[in-house]
Parts: sequence; structure tokens; C-alpha cells
Amino acid sequence: MKVTVTVNGSQVEAEVPDRTLLVHFLREQAGLTATNVGCDTSSCGACTVLLDGQSVKSCTLLAAQADSRAVQTMEGLASSDDPDAMHPVQRAFRAEHGLQCGFCTPGMVMAAVSLLAENSSPTEDEVRAALEGNLCRCTGYHNIVRAVLAAAGENQSAQAGAAAASERQA
Amino acid sequence: MIPVTFTYQRASSVDEAVDLASRGEETKFLAGGHSLLPLMKLRLAVPETLIDIGRLRELSYIRDDGSHLAVGALTSHHDVATSDVLARELPLLAHAASQVGDPQVRHCGTIGGSLAHGDSAADLPAVVLALDATMIVRGPAGTREIGASEFFRGLFETALEDGELLTEIRIPKPASPGWSFQKFTKRAIDWAIVGVAVQGGNVALVNMGQTPVRATAVEQALASGAAPGDAAAHAADGLTPSGDFSASRGYREHLARVLVGRALTESLTRN
Amino acid sequence: MSILGTRVVRTEDPRLLTKGGTYVDDMRLPGMARVTFVRSPVAHAMITGIDTSAALAAPGVVAALTAADLTDLGPPPPDDGSGGEVNETLPLPAGGPWTEPLFAVDRVRYVGEPVAMVITDDRYQGEDAAELVSVDYEPLPAVVGYDAALAGSTQLFPAAGTNVVVVGGAPADDSAFEGCEVVVERTFENQRLAPIPMEGRAAAATWEDGKLTAWVSTQNAQITRFVLAGVLGLDPGAIRVVAPDVGGGFGAKVALDRDAILVVWAAKHIGHALSWSETRSENLLGMTQGRAQRQTVKIGGSRDGRIQAYRLDIVQDAGAYPRMGGFLPFFTRLMATGAYDIPNVSAASTTVVTNATPIAAYRGAGRPEATAAIERAVDLFAAEIGKDPADVRRMNLIPDGKFPYQSPCGAVYDSGAYTGALDKVLAGAGYRELRAEQARRRERGDVLQLGIGVSSYVEITAADAAGGETAQLIVHDNGTATVYTGSSAHGQGHHTAWAMIVEAELGIEMAKVTVIHGDTDLIPLGTGTYGSRSLQLGGVAVHRTAVEVKEQARQLAADLLEASESDLELDTGSGTWQVRGDPASSKTWAEVASHAGDGGLTASVHHTAQPTFPFGSHVAVVEVDTETGKARLIRHVTVDDAGTVLNPVLFDGQRHGGIAQGVAQALYEEVAYDADGNPLTSTLVDYAAITAAELPSFELLTSETPADNPLGAKGIGEAGTIGSTPATQNAVIDAVSHLGVRHIDMPATPERVWAAINAARGTL
Repeated sequence: MKVTVTVNGSQVEAEVPDRTLLVHFLREQAGLTATNVGCDTSSCGACTVLLDGQSVKSCTLLAAQADSRAVQTMEGLASSDDPDAMHPVQRAFRAEHGLQCGFCTPGMVMAAVSLLAENSSPTEDEVRAALEGNLCRCTGYHNIVRAVLAAAGENQSAQAGAAAASERQA
Repeated sequence: MIPVTFTYQRASSVDEAVDLASRGEETKFLAGGHSLLPLMKLRLAVPETLIDIGRLRELSYIRDDGSHLAVGALTSHHDVATSDVLARELPLLAHAASQVGDPQVRHCGTIGGSLAHGDSAADLPAVVLALDATMIVRGPAGTREIGASEFFRGLFETALEDGELLTEIRIPKPASPGWSFQKFTKRAIDWAIVGVAVQGGNVALVNMGQTPVRATAVEQALASGAAPGDAAAHAADGLTPSGDFSASRGYREHLARVLVGRALTESLTRN
Repeated sequence: MSILGTRVVRTEDPRLLTKGGTYVDDMRLPGMARVTFVRSPVAHAMITGIDTSAALAAPGVVAALTAADLTDLGPPPPDDGSGGEVNETLPLPAGGPWTEPLFAVDRVRYVGEPVAMVITDDRYQGEDAAELVSVDYEPLPAVVGYDAALAGSTQLFPAAGTNVVVVGGAPADDSAFEGCEVVVERTFENQRLAPIPMEGRAAAATWEDGKLTAWVSTQNAQITRFVLAGVLGLDPGAIRVVAPDVGGGFGAKVALDRDAILVVWAAKHIGHALSWSETRSENLLGMTQGRAQRQTVKIGGSRDGRIQAYRLDIVQDAGAYPRMGGFLPFFTRLMATGAYDIPNVSAASTTVVTNATPIAAYRGAGRPEATAAIERAVDLFAAEIGKDPADVRRMNLIPDGKFPYQSPCGAVYDSGAYTGALDKVLAGAGYRELRAEQARRRERGDVLQLGIGVSSYVEITAADAAGGETAQLIVHDNGTATVYTGSSAHGQGHHTAWAMIVEAELGIEMAKVTVIHGDTDLIPLGTGTYGSRSLQLGGVAVHRTAVEVKEQARQLAADLLEASESDLELDTGSGTWQVRGDPASSKTWAEVASHAGDGGLTASVHHTAQPTFPFGSHVAVVEVDTETGKARLIRHVTVDDAGTVLNPVLFDGQRHGGIAQGVAQALYEEVAYDADGNPLTSTLVDYAAITAAELPSFELLTSETPADNPLGAKGIGEAGTIGSTPATQNAVIDAVSHLGVRHIDMPATPERVWAAINAARGTL
């Protein structure tokens, strides 16, 4: 069947077998290999992407379910690896050493982006609970949690700065 | 890792979904897919046709109908968990939905999908059993209503006939405000080893049998005035929980007693 | 001020965080086909027939291969005199009758053993086609568990006549325990674990114009190349191995195993580019696993707390093929005495085969087992004499003055400050306050009891330091530099660390230093990254090349500046050569390198050394729900002393990851089989991999006792795991010790804790 998905803002259209998983559509048809497959029981979260803004495990969705919908992968967060162009979550992961081998990272980053969209100032416990579906074997999660909290803090400062600026203007 | 080949069809209305299902062999409805697709990926489920009902937004709603709440079958766990209406009227359901899986699962999985899957280790079947919910079902012969106590027939077996679609879960507003949900796991992400859902004097258990079950011995004890601790001692009466790699039968029975006691105590604080 | 010792974020990260890494499965080779394995669904059986005809007729199938197709391997290795015919050999420690084949030939010995492969255009077709390969099995009784293996009524290798592969160590000497006022004995298990790196095993290969190129998810490309050369009968010069980005290894990706060898062989055999990456279920069956020792400890001493004798007896489960059968318990025996000054210590081990996944190195590889055993024994001894376990440790730790310390097990610990580490972690944890809180909860009879667990550890890193590590440094005409390292980072951050070393020594800023690893065309000789060896061997090698380059440069700069070498200095701040006292006279690295002539400005070093012994102490604090038995780690405080810290960011990251895996062993993870050898934990639903929700943030304290090398460095990669497992296990037992519990096996699941409480209370 023909599947058309808007991935990171661009339309990707392909004729694929009905049983094609979204993660494979992203990795093959869309040519975006950052999103990884880490398991076969929807347990590890390495395949996490955003579907219409919400985190989902792309290995547990058919590409057909994403037809005419919008997907965002880690590659879609920043246009370049210039630190200043990075998304606050990417910047925070780097600053806090929230990755080692990098395999779980794209899924972890997208899960964090989704968390912060729903809860802009999570507590540490809330961050840990929100990441229970994302496994990492290298970092022990300590710095990942710090990165998410730091990104939340950066968002807060940015929002406070914007609020203060608009107050001054008013 | 990869499902066996199947044919994908997409329904644009409930009627079309029922119609498509009536024509095919070995068809399954696909809602969020988070109960069905994992089984298909391990090739433990091999439907020939999948009818995607995920676009039927008309089945995603939460409505306060006065004496009861109506929850559309395609409402995601996330939407159930974050609903202001449910937080006010059915906090047991809202809270239990917030405990299903992880955030990614909750964004995709639906209440209807979970109930239709009929896994006695899942959280929501026991919750709707404790809430005396009614399932509204549409099929080729029309619409019918099935009470929660008749809905769950066995492990992965419900009262849904071939081609029938669960469209709505109707829940009476509870007479008693006390509630509690106790989900016991080794890790936060695990299925419940044992779980307890309490609403007033209704006590339902997760993973204590082939279906969700009401702890009727506990309910009877409570009704005849027993204190929570004494009532909880009956939690495993008449039940045959399984022993498996996660827990032995004896441990499950012990957990049921402990968790029912805790649930009843917590429920009282909310009265 | 030197950049060494400062916090530097990683140079690896911008790419990994934006485009993502390039792991084997991300590679798209032209014309590439996919490999899917057919694996044994039974633990022990004879193969009486394989029929690939249905598979060959399936859509997209390019080939279907079995042992019968292995006609073009290299010659088997020379007879080592151990007896038995050698077929389809691999260069493994155990040959002869224990030889592990590539494809199973006439017998399968574990669920997941590769029997055949199908090669298809895409991976979806591969899964379909693999199901069509028909294999006839005649089941044999499965040998499951230590006792069945030792009893030997069913043998995995009839030609060997036994399931006992190797026996090592010293016989027990009961006289050592005479005169001990107190003797405690116990048998317990150090359970089988799955390494589960987030990227499983993967390999891709092409065979073109007589050259084999293999991309392997490996911890050492160079060793991989020699393995392939031997097995395939090719000259190493005809093979190029590349380690692309590797998604974790933890010891299970040292070189490559039979599945990956088969993929590379198949690419040559059918002349087709191939790619393979296993599913997680395959990974939980087929990747080597760790630990799996049954341990009997006997500890004796005086009532005042002095330990006089310790005996450790090990039965090592090697799994179905004894790849590291003798190697792992050798290290357990070597480190049996732990951090303690015990006059009489002896250990012995017996390695057996069972119908389970083969065992090999996993984060610590034999040393966590040693520490777990002695730390449990010390707590048992402390409980028996009614003394605080921290006090008993302090009384027996090797004192500072005794280093280098010759242990009764044959290890020579280089340097250490064990008592200081213990005192530091106790202070950092607030040990006294914790004990007071524990006492209050016990007094009240709270449901949630507090447990405090202590461990002291020492471990051996760079155990194969005699093999060393290689480095080459080139300073280019444009003033940039390239480091070719034999190390093989898969998350450890070597590119950052080696660039820091060059900047520190030469003043060439990190942004101008490129580090390359893992390509045998560029780096033909190297050892790789495992055993916590790379900084002290590979990093020191880089440092030594920088020192040599500096001395060559001094001559060149002297020539350019028409000055004498002794008047020159290198200003590492600006990266320029100057005549002392004459700042106007500076020459850049670009100018100096351009002056170097045909050979360029370069140095190569193969650095060898001696093993080192990092050490530390951990305190774990757990809360145990005494009604359900559920234990939760609420704090974990550590001192991990691995010498001088080069980059605290990388150093602490290794500790965090190590601690998490160690806690996972104590509380959650185990590989389990049923009585027929069927795996019970073959998916991540059942194998309880630890998540962020089960862990607190860790409290890491600083301690640096320099090692005797130019960087002062020992290895940190495995230490966190070695210290955290026993601290956490001890904490759970401590939480319920007032109820009479003396021991709980790992993982301390809720049901196990509940059962232990009941047993101690005499209830059911």
C-alpha cells in the first residue's frame, strides 16, 4: 500500500508492504537511521519518535497508522550540529554527558522532548517515571536525568526571559 | 520481530468497520495496536486482515451524562489519565490509566483496545469490573450492552463475537467516593504481579485468575461490617491465581491480602 | 593550567545527538542482502535432517546455507595434543572434544544455537524464509544446573566423557580454620546475567576483488581480523575490519563470535554483500552471558573481628561451549581475597558445561564474582559475631603501609588506601545517622525498614597489560594532528580523552586533533577496549607518542629558529615553539611540521605495562517493605579510586553505568531456564533490565591514589559494577536482619525477600 508520512517537515511517500513497521519506514524509506531498533517487545524505547507531537514507540506502529500524519525524529530537532542550533534537550544531553554509546539516545531525546511538552518543570521522580520505557545500558541514567532537568530549566529561563521582556514592553 | 503478512484495511466509520469485519476471515480490529501488534510481531497472533479503526475520532470522547460517564473506546490511556472530568468523577479510572505501561504506550493504547484484548494481567479490566461498567458493542446484528461481569470470559477471551466492535464504556457514577488502585510490580514498567482496584465496597483483582475477578469474599465481609484488615484476609478466598516465573501462587495470594488491606485503608481516607 | 583533570564535554556528541551514530544496521552497502539465522528451539538434541527446499522457494531468497556448505574454511589449527577430531574450528580456548562449530553439525546444545541461515533481499522476507527451513531434532535430556552437570548422567560432549571442562586452584585445607573461634559456611549463587547492550550483535561484509571487508559491532577490530584470517584461511592482508559506531559491548563483543563469523564467511562464499543484525530475542539467546557461578564460602576468625582464614569453592557454569570456561574463574580465584589482609586464603574452581547460552566476559569478567563472595562472607562473619560490618571491614582491610601487597592468591596489588576509602564513603553516606534511623524504624516496627549495605573492593584492570596498546600520532603541515589508536571506544569517550592528552602535551587544541580507531587498514595492530585497560595502556601510548613528537619537534624548531635545543620551550598555552625569553621568535606547529621532511612529524608507540588495581567502597541504602518483600534502592554512595582522573565527566559516567548494572544484578536481573533448558527470560518483558525508575541519582565521592604510569591512571570501566552489587545485596539482607535473616540470593526479588522473612520467622 502507498503510505505518505510527513517526516521532520518533509513528505515521504512510498509503496510498502502492509505489515511495514513505522520504524523501518523511517529507517529505510525516509532514510533516517538515527532512530534505532533495540528490542522486539516494545520494551526498550530506542525507537521513540513523536507522532503528531506525542512520543510513541515506532516499532509498535504500522507505517500505515502514520499515513498522512506528522512524525518527528531526532534528526528533525536541529538542522546542524552547531551547538547553538541544537534543541535545548540536545544541548543539555551534551552538557551533562547524557550519552555514551549513543544507541538509545535518539529515542531517549525524543521521549524527553515529549515529557517536557507535557510537563515543563518535572521533578526528578517524574523524569525517572517518564523514562521507564527507555532503556540505557551505558549511563546508569544519572546524567540523562540531569540533562532533562537542565533542559527544563533552560526552557524555564527562556520563558521567564520572554515574559520579562514582554512585561517591559507592555 | 516482523508480523506475518496480512492485508490492511482502514475504516472511515464504525459501520464500515463492522461491515469490513463481517466479510473477512481471521480479521482483527486495530486501535492503538499496543496489545495486538506486540503479539503479531512475535507471530503469536496471525490475523489475515487488520481493520484500522484508529482514525475513528468519533469514538474518542469522555462525556459526563449525568448519572454516568461515557468513555469512547478509542480514548487513549493518556487522555483518560489527564481528563479533568474523570479526575473529578472517576479518579480510580483516571489514576489506573496513568499506570498503564509507559508514556509512549499511553499515547497510543486505548481503553477499548485494552478491554477487548482481555488480558487478566492488564490494569483496566479489573478497574471497569470494580466500577460495574457496561460495554456498548456494535456488531452486524446491531448494538448490544454487556456488563463487565459478563464481558471477560477467559484469558484473552471476551464476550465479543467475531466482527463485533467495542464502541463505548459506560460507567455509573460511584455511590461511594472512596477509591484506591494498588499495582504491585518488581519494576515500574512491569505488568502487575497482583493489582487491586477498589471503589467503595467493590474490590476487583488484577492477575489473580484467568480473568479480572471481584474479591467477593472481601466484599461480603465488608458488607457485614468487617474492618478493612479483617476483610482483606479473605482476598484470595475461592481464587486460583497462577504460579509462574514472576510469582508463585502462594506469593500472589499473600500479595492479594496485603494489597487489598492497603487499598481498603487508602479508600477510606478518600470517603 | 593543564586541560588534564578538568571537565571537558565530549567531542563525540554533536554528531551522535543530531545525525545519530552509524551502527552496522545503519549501513547501506550496494546490492546488500540480509542474513537471518535459523536457530535451535531445543536445548539439547541430535540433528537428524535439515531441509532448506521450502525456504529456497520463498520470495526474495538468495541462498540458504548450513554446515554442509562450510567447504571453504581455512585449515584447522594444529593439533594441540588434547585429542579428538577438530571440525569447523574457532580459535577458542577449549578445543579438542569441546570444539564449538560454526553452524551446528549433528547436535545442538542450547536454545538459540545457529543451525542455518537464509539470505534474502530484505529482512522481512528473511524472517518468513527462516520459518520455512525444516530441521528434524531428536531431543536429548537437557543438562540444566550445576548438579546435573556435575552428575554427568547426560554429557554434552560424549567424546570428552564428562561435563567437567577444567578444574583449577588449590585443594581445601581445613587446618587453616583450626584455631578460629568462629567459622561460617554458606553456599550461594552469583546468577547468570545477560549483558544486553542496546545494540545487539551485528556484522556486514563484502567480498570484492579478493578483499574481504567486514563491519562488525566489536570491541576490537584488529583481533577480529586475525580471528577471521584464521577461520577463513585468508591472509590478514586480504581482510579489512572496521568497527563502526558500536552500541555498547560490556565484554560480550570482544572480537566476534560464530554468528558474525558465519555472516562474513557467507559474504565470501556466495560473493554477495551481506548485513546482519540480531533481534533482541536472539540476543537474549545467542549473545554470551555473564557470571553463573555457584559459590561456597568458608570464613573463619576470632570473636573480636579478625579474619584468619577464607576459602572459596566455585562451580562455574560455562554454558554449552566452554569459550571462557577456565578464564573467568581463574580471575575469581586470583581476586578471592578481596581488599583484606587475611593470612590464609585459598580457592578452587570446577567448570562445567550445561545446555545453556555460552558464558563469557561481562563487565568485570570473574572479578565481580570474587568481590561478591568475599563481601557476603564478611557480612556473614560480622553477623555471626554481632559486630558492625563496617567495623569488621576496617579491622581487616589491607593497611596502607603494606603496598605493593602480595595476596595469598597470587596477585600483587600495586597501590591502595582502602581504609581511607571506607571511612570516606561512610562519612559521605552519613553512616551513623543511617544506623540511627534504622534503629528508630526497628523500634517502631515500621513496615518500611531501612537496610544499609557496605562493600569494599579491589579489582584488577588491564590484566593483559603485557599485550599493551598501540598509538600513532601525526602532526600535519597545517598544524592539525591525527591520532591512530588501537583502543576501540564504544561509548567510553576516547576521542575526547586522547585529544585532551595531545593538547596537554603539545598545546595543539582539541578541535584540531582527530582521533581514529577501529579500521585495520589504518591501524593494523591494536588490542582493543575491554577489561578497563584503555586509558592506562592506550591513553599512555598516546601520551608517549606526544612526548616523542615533542622531542622531534624540538630539533626541527631549533633548526628553524637557529637556536640550540636547550634554549627552546614549547608554550602549550599557545601551541608555539619559542626561544626562551624571546616571544617574538615563535614557530607554529604547522611551520615545524612542514619542516619535517618526507617522513613527516610522527611517532608510533606500542605501550606495554603491568596490571593495576583500582579500589573503593560503596554504601547502598535500601528500603524494604517487610509485608511484600519489595526492596527499593534509595541512595548509593561510592568511593571509586582509579588513580588520577583525566576527565571527571567521562570518569563519573563510567561509574554511573557500572553502578546501575551492579545494582541490577543485586535486585532485578537474572537469566533463567526451565528444567528442559528452555529459556524463561528471552525477551525484555521477562528479563528485568533496570530502568531509570528503579534508581536514584548516585553520590560519587572523590579519591585519587595515582598509579605508576605517566597518566597516573588505573581503569574505572568495571569498578562501579564490582562495588555496587555486594553493597546492594548486603543492604537488602541488612534491612531484615533483625527478623533473623542472614542471607538472600541475588536477585533479591520481592518474593525471595518475603520467603526469607518467613523462613526466619518460622512461618510459611
